[in-house]
Amino acid sequence: MHAIYEKPKSFIDTPTHFCPGCGHGIVLRLIAEIIDAWGIRGKTIGLAPVGCAVLAYNYLDIDMCEAAHGRPPAVATGIKRVHPDHVVFSYQGDGDLAAIGTAEIIHAANRGENITFIFVNNAVYGMTSGQMAPTTLLKQKTVTTPSGRDPINSGYPIRVCELLAVLDGSSYLERVSLSSPENIRKTKKAIEKGFKTQMEKKGFSLIEILSPCPIYWRMDANEAMKYIDEEMTSTFPLGVVKDWENKN
Amino acid sequence: MKQLLTGNEAAAEAAIQAGCRYYYGYPITPQNELINYMSVRMPEVGGAFIQAESEIAAISMVHGSAAAGGRTMTSSSSPGISLKQEGISYLAGSELPCVIVNIQRGGPGLGDISASQADYFQAVKGGGHGDYHTIVLAPCSVQEMADLVYDAFDLADKYRIPVMILGDAQIGQLMEPLEFNKKQINNLPSKSWSLTGAEGRKRNIIKSFYPVKGELEVFNAHLQRKYKIIEEHEVRYEAINIHEADIILVAYGTSARICKEVVKKSQRFKFRVGMVRPITLWPFPKEIIRKISERVQCILTVEMSTGQMVEDVKLAVEGRCPVHFYGRTGGGVPTSLEIIRKIVEIVPDNRAANTLLQLAEVK
Repeated sequence: MHAIYEKPKSFIDTPTHFCPGCGHGIVLRLIAEIIDAWGIRGKTIGLAPVGCAVLAYNYLDIDMCEAAHGRPPAVATGIKRVHPDHVVFSYQGDGDLAAIGTAEIIHAANRGENITFIFVNNAVYGMTSGQMAPTTLLKQKTVTTPSGRDPINSGYPIRVCELLAVLDGSSYLERVSLSSPENIRKTKKAIEKGFKTQMEKKGFSLIEILSPCPIYWRMDANEAMKYIDEEMTSTFPLGVVKDWENKN
Repeated sequence: MKQLLTGNEAAAEAAIQAGCRYYYGYPITPQNELINYMSVRMPEVGGAFIQAESEIAAISMVHGSAAAGGRTMTSSSSPGISLKQEGISYLAGSELPCVIVNIQRGGPGLGDISASQADYFQAVKGGGHGDYHTIVLAPCSVQEMADLVYDAFDLADKYRIPVMILGDAQIGQLMEPLEFNKKQINNLPSKSWSLTGAEGRKRNIIKSFYPVKGELEVFNAHLQRKYKIIEEHEVRYEAINIHEADIILVAYGTSARICKEVVKKSQRFKFRVGMVRPITLWPFPKEIIRKISERVQCILTVEMSTGQMVEDVKLAVEGRCPVHFYGRTGGGVPTSLEIIRKIVEIVPDNRAANTLLQLAEVK
């Protein structure tokens, strides 16, 4: 007999603080699966953001560093300079990466840092009770856009992959989602490709993951998955945006 | 072998000698010689140099390299140091060793680019949010800049604490002969707490977040115990003529250079002038100032600010003797004659009466 399902060894066996239906647990588990399968626990260093995922280090059994809000790309850069042959990844939410940390992510991409960015986009600030994110959809209701996001006052949702694609330093950019088992498998493949990109010193990689936040989307878990497929993907189309192995 | 360097270049080379291999900076006057020097020297020694996109990114890169176990440094000047305060608070909260050089210029706001000592409060009282300290070292010559930067890395590692070098435009840009007479460090012992990949060991976590009620209070108590040990063991100062002095000058950095001239000139006076030059601004040499205050007529603090260190002097003196202040700002540098005039003004009447005539001879 062989096991067809196990908890990854690098995933600490403890209840998480995430809300019911949240996507963070899935993404962290995928990272742990890859670390186990590739046997890279001893050469992997992760960055935790400020926001819902700050406690990522409570769940991943690897060396990890916290950073100030939005600064993981710069902190990761400092780590990578000390350990250029380690796998360094930065796990960030939409507020951290696309609002307060916009300068840091753009310049990490522009320097072509051999770092993988796992960008969890759930279009809302969960940790602080559901305010507008830079990726909040137009007309989406949040605590700070109670009548729905209006671009006249609040601007437009930022498409991070497309924004970074124009920089010569970015190498691999893909947008995936967690809305179905099939999409979760694609997410895992995309993270693997990101790790491969840095291990082969091919430069900056970022995987944008559309992730559900049922609590602050004010819906149940199933509706949230449907919302990703039916609403989010029309603003944030899935697919590879840039790939160093397939330059068009 | 003596070399002729600016204070900024001396700071950079001393960091290299001390084994610093990770430097991140952002251009700002009057510290540009430092970042320029590093851009050439770091590649020569196989180190990392990045001109960061911002002061905030530079201090965050320092955070990363410190967490990963490297000796790391950033440098800036006053407005840039304000931006770095976020990172410095996180470094303090994460107990990470690093060196930050502040070549002070005038403020507030954009101020000007000439010498100033108006960042004293920011440097010694924490600067960012939360209850913390950084060790603050204040050189008053190019040689001392080199010596203190070198020592700063050892202090940072010893206590897992950020160390700030508080210079000013004059100390940074002045050229003086100096010697690098400390042992060059190329390989540092690894730090067991640092992030190296958890190969064959338990994971290491570098963080400053303590969300469980009670944990943060325990951590803050630990930090305060560490600060107390530093206060007990790491105070540095230079004392001149303190045993026979009637009046004591307290000054650091560029102001201290001028006060030394005052002490020299005062040999012709009817009363004795001595001086205490704090080398560590935090921990502050409060014990020696307290002792002196028990027997001198008064103390005069001289700064290129509107009066910041004078508050710490008063805290040390606790009313035992009068504490006076003389300061210049906005690029103004006190002259020895200005300081002597101030001394004559504050020295008790019976002494000063004999002194005015003497002053006429002082150039």
